[in-house]
Amino acid sequence: MSSTWLTTRAWLLMLPLLAVMIGVIGWPLAETVRLSFTDAKLVGTGGTYVGFANYTKMLSSAAFQKTFWTTLWFALASVTIEMVAGVLAALLLNQRFYGRTMLRALMILPWALPTVVNATLWRLIYNPEYGAANAALVQTGVIDAYRSWLGEPGSAMWAIILADAWKNFPLVALIALAALQAVPRDTIAASLVDGAGAFRRFRYVMLPHLAGPLMVALVLRTIEAFKVFDIIWIMTRGGPANTTRTLSILVYQEGFSFQRAGSGASLALIVTLIVSVLALAYGGLLRKTAGSAM
Amino acid sequence: MERQSTLAKIFIHLAALGLAAVMIAPVLWLFVMSISPAADLSARPLHWWPDAVDWSRYATLLSRVENSAGAAVTSSLANSVMVAGMATLAAIALAVPAGWAVSRTPSVGWSLNAVIATYMLPPVALAVPLYMALAKFGMLNSVFSLALVYLTILAPFTTWLMKSGFDGIPREIEAAAMIDGANLWQTLRIVTLPLALPTIATAVLFAFLLAWDEFFYALLFTSALRAKPLTVAIADIAGGRVSDYGMIATAGVIAALPPVLIGLLMQRALISGLTNGGVKG
Repeated sequence: MSSTWLTTRAWLLMLPLLAVMIGVIGWPLAETVRLSFTDAKLVGTGGTYVGFANYTKMLSSAAFQKTFWTTLWFALASVTIEMVAGVLAALLLNQRFYGRTMLRALMILPWALPTVVNATLWRLIYNPEYGAANAALVQTGVIDAYRSWLGEPGSAMWAIILADAWKNFPLVALIALAALQAVPRDTIAASLVDGAGAFRRFRYVMLPHLAGPLMVALVLRTIEAFKVFDIIWIMTRGGPANTTRTLSILVYQEGFSFQRAGSGASLALIVTLIVSVLALAYGGLLRKTAGSAM
Repeated sequence: MERQSTLAKIFIHLAALGLAAVMIAPVLWLFVMSISPAADLSARPLHWWPDAVDWSRYATLLSRVENSAGAAVTSSLANSVMVAGMATLAAIALAVPAGWAVSRTPSVGWSLNAVIATYMLPPVALAVPLYMALAKFGMLNSVFSLALVYLTILAPFTTWLMKSGFDGIPREIEAAAMIDGANLWQTLRIVTLPLALPTIATAVLFAFLLAWDEFFYALLFTSALRAKPLTVAIADIAGGRVSDYGMIATAGVIAALPPVLIGLLMQRALISGLTNGGVKG
């Protein structure tokens, strides 16, 4: 068989996928780019060309700048907690103890829980009048009076970060655990014979095996965190006083609540650009880690 | 493994107990709320465990009496099954041939990379044109439209999974069947696809869970009972003026049950799917 035919055959087999992807991703993305240069409304006429007006308006707005830092803060804090808790949990799950198999199975529980259910559950837990968080903290004497965890600007973001980390750190733990189990037993045995302590063993024997998979988890989690919408929408809708409003929430408000399709589109593309830059930077880092770990 | 000292053993077991508590407590509390009488849930100090178990909310929410809270949940449950089912089937149908093609013909691989790169796109980058187009053609509030839109999330992921799955099946097996006189279609049907079945099963599970979980597009594109999936129905209940928080919890348990059962029963397949990409890099 000639290689031309093989290539043609491959394209034919990919055609259905590519056609659908162009229809539901390629075309809408191109259309978003077009809309971002117009003053189109969500319903009604197409709008007229306005150049970069939407972009300059969005980038210079106080709302965008504040929201950008809020999103960055959410991503940094939640991803850091997830990585640290995930690795610690994986190190624990790699030890021998009674019920280890069952505990490993339990790790899938938060991951399998739908995001919307997780957000709703934590909203109930944080409820200012009847929530379990208030009840538990007051009954154990940690705080004196019930608080509105999601209603106060000082605590709302932390409350959401905790809920997000609870759902997502088990995924990091499972990835890290799989990597730890791939460390050859001989290498561990050798390090024991050489008298390496627990910390040195982690640093020089485990970490090289963990670095690659953890970087992948870090990239995926950071991108997800930057795109976050569901959990915040359910728990606070961006409030109180916009302290938990992330970029995706801002785009939703601009494009759908205020029905300004044009400026909403430009904002969506700015977010896309930020995520892409992040992913590219990580991609470079990823190749470096993969190179040095081996 | 290293011999553990008694102190280390105690520490490890305590830490494991702590981790187990962190994993179980929130989910258990969701369930307890769903079976506690309303008075217990609004009591101060909070009544942590009900004296009498109350299952009535499940009966209420799963009833099909028209215009009741139950009708909203049962119809959205059916919608979720339909949307997730259709989107999963379509995603697999697209992913199997494409995944095989890329696996066997690496020169077209860049097109799959382009498809996978769309993972970076936030859904808000596609939402406005999709909304305008669906509105224009009168296709809002349709389970078919929602399933089609879900392909933006499902198809890149399933194709990537299938490609890695086919990579694990040696070409030599296919070549051997060809030498024995089988044509391409026979080779794929008799040799390759049966070997790829575990990967297909994993892809089906992930696709279904992703679709079941989706909220953003559903929130935008469905507002009527005939198309709203469970995620939106729960947001409605949670955001509405329900005085009984147990009702919200019950709806949550109903929505969580299918994915949690799938997760616990199929964890081997799911964990290998989750970790393979990471470990192989």
